Amino acid sequence: MDVQFQFDWHAAFASLPYLLEGIPWTLAISFGGLAIGFVLGILFGLLSLSPSRLLRWVATAYIEIFRGTPVLVQVLFIFYGLPQIIGGPIDALTAGIAAIALNSAAYISEIVRGGVQSIARGQREAGLSLGLSTPQTFRYIIWPQALRRMIPALGNQGIVSIKDTSLFSVIGVGELVRQGQIYIATTFNALETYFMVAMLYLVITMSLSFALRMLERRGLVGQ
Amino acid sequence: MTAIVHMDKINKHFGNLHVLKDVELDVAAGEVVVIIGASGSGKSTLIRCVNGLEAFQDGRIEVDGHALAAHGKSHNALKAVRTEVGMVFQQFNLFPHMNVRDNVSLAPIKVRGTDRPAAEKQANALLERVNILEQADKYPGQLSGGQQQRVAIARSLAMEPRLMLFDEPTSALDPEMIGEVLDVMRELAREGMTMMIVTHEMSFAREVADRVIFIHQGAIVEQGRPEEIFDHPQHPRTQSFLARVLKH
Ligand SMILES: Nc1ncnc2c1ncn2[C@@H]1O[C@H](COP(=O)(O)OP(=O)(O)OP(=O)(O)O)[C@@H](O)[C@H]1O
Ligand SMILES: [Mg+2]
Repeated sequence: MDVQFQFDWHAAFASLPYLLEGIPWTLAISFGGLAIGFVLGILFGLLSLSPSRLLRWVATAYIEIFRGTPVLVQVLFIFYGLPQIIGGPIDALTAGIAAIALNSAAYISEIVRGGVQSIARGQREAGLSLGLSTPQTFRYIIWPQALRRMIPALGNQGIVSIKDTSLFSVIGVGELVRQGQIYIATTFNALETYFMVAMLYLVITMSLSFALRMLERRGLVGQ
Repeated sequence: MTAIVHMDKINKHFGNLHVLKDVELDVAAGEVVVIIGASGSGKSTLIRCVNGLEAFQDGRIEVDGHALAAHGKSHNALKAVRTEVGMVFQQFNLFPHMNVRDNVSLAPIKVRGTDRPAAEKQANALLERVNILEQADKYPGQLSGGQQQRVAIARSLAMEPRLMLFDEPTSALDPEMIGEVLDVMRELAREGMTMMIVTHEMSFAREVADRVIFIHQGAIVEQGRPEEIFDHPQHPRTQSFLARVLKH
């Protein structure tokens, strides 16, 4: 059989300058969204552990809603739907960051809850018996241990969210996939360009994995 | 004789289970009280009520003048009691993410507001006292059980407690490490520390206790000097319990 199509490395590397323009956007949406999502996730995770039934219910409702709907629908809702309510446009970058933040927060809050609950009851009792208040016990004893245990799951969520940003080409934000699509529209090099797009995602996600593994290793020295 | 602990008709339930039944107990300053009884009789629950780790439903506990009310509704008293009462657990419960010195100095720094150099100096002195200063920079996971328990004792002592609670401090230890922990406790008793100790080490109890309390199904059925309880138990429950545990 004749090979009809040859992978053209030249074309692949030629797409790089265009694709690289998408990287700052992909990174901004991913890490901007994840940073806010982490804060929100801690908040809702702690609410889900609260003794108050109402607060627990608020957390559960939030988690169910944002875990139970696709992130693509969420970003479309924010970008196209929300402006009709607030009466003004929302720029695509803000919409993307908001969608990643709200979506990842739902998953991160579950990671936080699981991490905190995994710390043995005796740790809390030891803190309280020394005279530390409940918040102090949480801050100095429970949280540092829980956070360390959460690192692998957080890394996982980070990777998922980074990949989720690829869907946001639909709202026209110039992230990696969008840059690729524009480039392909003029050059028709779909194979090489999407290959390079995939490679660039790999570079980002593997860098994150590597950084977190370092962090985890450093944290584990003492244990 | 001033009582440091005064327990007045304490009743505690876990759901339908009546765990403590009208418990009346006074502990005098400097007294060493050992609590014995079968598994599930309520020994842990009893001493955990003293520092408010367990709430009780009925009665009153006074610890060094601070009154703990039923249902744990006495926040300020609870805080005061916990800073004045140390507790040593069966499972040590050291903080695994901190080195030994930080385990000991954490509470003085955060609760008492001691500055770090002073707290570390005090920690070193306490670690010296329990013979483990050379391990100060290690993490709990790098120590043997006996070493960990001695660190846990030092950690409690750092708050300069008026009373120490021990809940089976040697039960999780390999036999060859029990001695080193009991030595530290013996030394504390000799220095006049007020202690409430739950233990299955009967010969240790006989040696250090000023008073032995036998508890059965949540009620104190007999108490007295160790030689009275161990050599001439009066209550049939005490007799059968001791016959069982002293056999080996
Ligand atoms: N958190 C809890 N919830 C429900 N029941 C409990 C709880 N803690 C203890 N109990 C029950 O209360 C009773 C007394 O328990 P406690 O731990 O005080 O006994 P103990 O004398 O210390 O026993 P052991 O020698 O096994 O440590 C037991 O029947 C136990 O199952
Ligand atoms: Mg017990």
